[in-house]
Amino acid sequence: MTVTTTLDLKATAQRIRRHIVEMTAAAQSGHPGGSLSAVEILTALYFGGVLRYDPGRPDWPQRDRFVLSKGHATPVLYAILAEAGYFGTNLLPTFRKLDSPLQGHTVRGKPPGVEMSAGALGMGLSFCIGQALAARLDQRDSRFYCLLGDGELNEGQVWEAALSAAHLEIDRITAIVDRNHFQNDGPEEEILRLWDVAEKFRAFGWHAIHVGDGHDFDQLLTAFAETAAVTGRPQVIVAETTKGKGVSYMEANPAAWHGKGPSPEQLAQALEEIGS
Amino acid sequence: MTATAARVAATREAFGPTLIRLAEAGYDIVTLEADLSASTGGRQLKAAFPERWYTVGASEAHMISMAAGLAADGKTVFAASFAVFVPGHCFDQVRMSVAQPGLNVKLIASHGGVSVGEDGASAQAIEDLSLATALPGMTVIVPADVIEAERAIWAAGTTAGPFYIRLGRPKVPVVYGDDYRFALGRADRLREGEDATVIACGHLVAAALEAAEHLAARGVNVRVLNMATIAPLDEAAVLSAARETGAIVTAEEHLVQGGLGAAVTRSLAATCPTPVEQVGVRERYGESGRWDQLLERFGLNADGIKEAVQRVLKRKA
Repeated sequence: MTVTTTLDLKATAQRIRRHIVEMTAAAQSGHPGGSLSAVEILTALYFGGVLRYDPGRPDWPQRDRFVLSKGHATPVLYAILAEAGYFGTNLLPTFRKLDSPLQGHTVRGKPPGVEMSAGALGMGLSFCIGQALAARLDQRDSRFYCLLGDGELNEGQVWEAALSAAHLEIDRITAIVDRNHFQNDGPEEEILRLWDVAEKFRAFGWHAIHVGDGHDFDQLLTAFAETAAVTGRPQVIVAETTKGKGVSYMEANPAAWHGKGPSPEQLAQALEEIGS
Repeated sequence: MTATAARVAATREAFGPTLIRLAEAGYDIVTLEADLSASTGGRQLKAAFPERWYTVGASEAHMISMAAGLAADGKTVFAASFAVFVPGHCFDQVRMSVAQPGLNVKLIASHGGVSVGEDGASAQAIEDLSLATALPGMTVIVPADVIEAERAIWAAGTTAGPFYIRLGRPKVPVVYGDDYRFALGRADRLREGEDATVIACGHLVAAALEAAEHLAARGVNVRVLNMATIAPLDEAAVLSAARETGAIVTAEEHLVQGGLGAAVTRSLAATCPTPVEQVGVRERYGESGRWDQLLERFGLNADGIKEAVQRVLKRKA
């Protein structure tokens, strides 16, 4: 993995953001808000030297795995995979269209680089634990990264998995919570309050790191470096993010931008604000 | 074969020993359990192969998605619990983590049906076959006895893809000898007859043989098919039974709107409309009682099958 500067990462994140708004505008559906909140998290993982992968060998057994448990955030994942070279960016406009591999929610292996089917919330962390156990049994040193939404933490299965990973002392799993404070029906504070997420995971036996700005590459990369040194316990990074980050009208009204695509006028404004 | 069979055994008794045999034969299996491993029998693997056996506690949803992760990275995974919990407690995980991606996970659902007995309605799965057969790509098996259960679990462990195998709690008659060869997806014709065909699964196969014996004494000759594999259904065997005997009875420890009877009637409606009578549970839940008392109350025995044969013969053209 080549050393990447923060400047490169910012430029990559800008391209990812443009893809996200273009894809959801072309599809006139999809989930831009919770994709834009996770741009820096995924950019740091894939382009900041964290994740070990080879786009030419998506089935390489020694690869690290990234599982998108919040499976509706496909726009950010597909944009990342295209920029990483798993497939051409020319495929992105087919997102959510008939016969496109870019399905609305993730489908395992479609396109290459998508590790698991998701969209029904709460299953990804359990899946990662199974993968990590297989790696431990086979003595592979792969690491496992799983992105969860904070709304997703409403699902009981996440906490079943949290207990299980700690019990099995699986230390090659890093969960990342995209803490944007909004879910489908509105603000978390109105729907179901989560209180201190990092403290909850600590109580479940995890090593928890709170990242105050989940759009700051230095903070994210420092957190990922910290997780790599932890032994005997799974790790979670709770990254404070902004839903719709980078597009003013989405940031101002995140609840309205959970699951719809921008109009042509809104797309033009979004691209203007993101810049190039 | 009569009710006083020489040997009785629970189908669940096959699970632990077959896991050990698979591991000894070099298959890369891992078994997950959800706090019921003494009852399923899967725990027997732990002593011989501790690295191949894990319990996740009473977390069925987590167990299924975790099983999918192990399978995705090369393991043949058995995930075991009671039929009322798998798939009842985790249907969406079975659907999205296992069935849709087509992963190599074998769901072992013990304690199927009302014959769980005293534990009552909450523990008695009579809907599980509806759920399991609803999923494209899921092979669904209800073994007739402990011998067939052993063969079916072996077949699942050595065949790629998702499987659902329903096992039972009580000791029921052993139908097969040690030389039995199980054919995945194929009905086994256990008795010839031309007046009607009973298509059964699970311990209703032994009951069907008993019923056929009684009916033969009265001059009614009934064909008996063991349809252990419900999905994919052996439609050729169903079709030839309909064409050659003209009347069908299905028998299973399950609600009649799903499972074997529903699969058979759907198949016949498309190929050879034929009178069908279903032996099964109708529009109610289970209750507490001794397992043999419950089977009698629900008509899930040789008497119930005989009555169904008499009904279907009256409808036969």
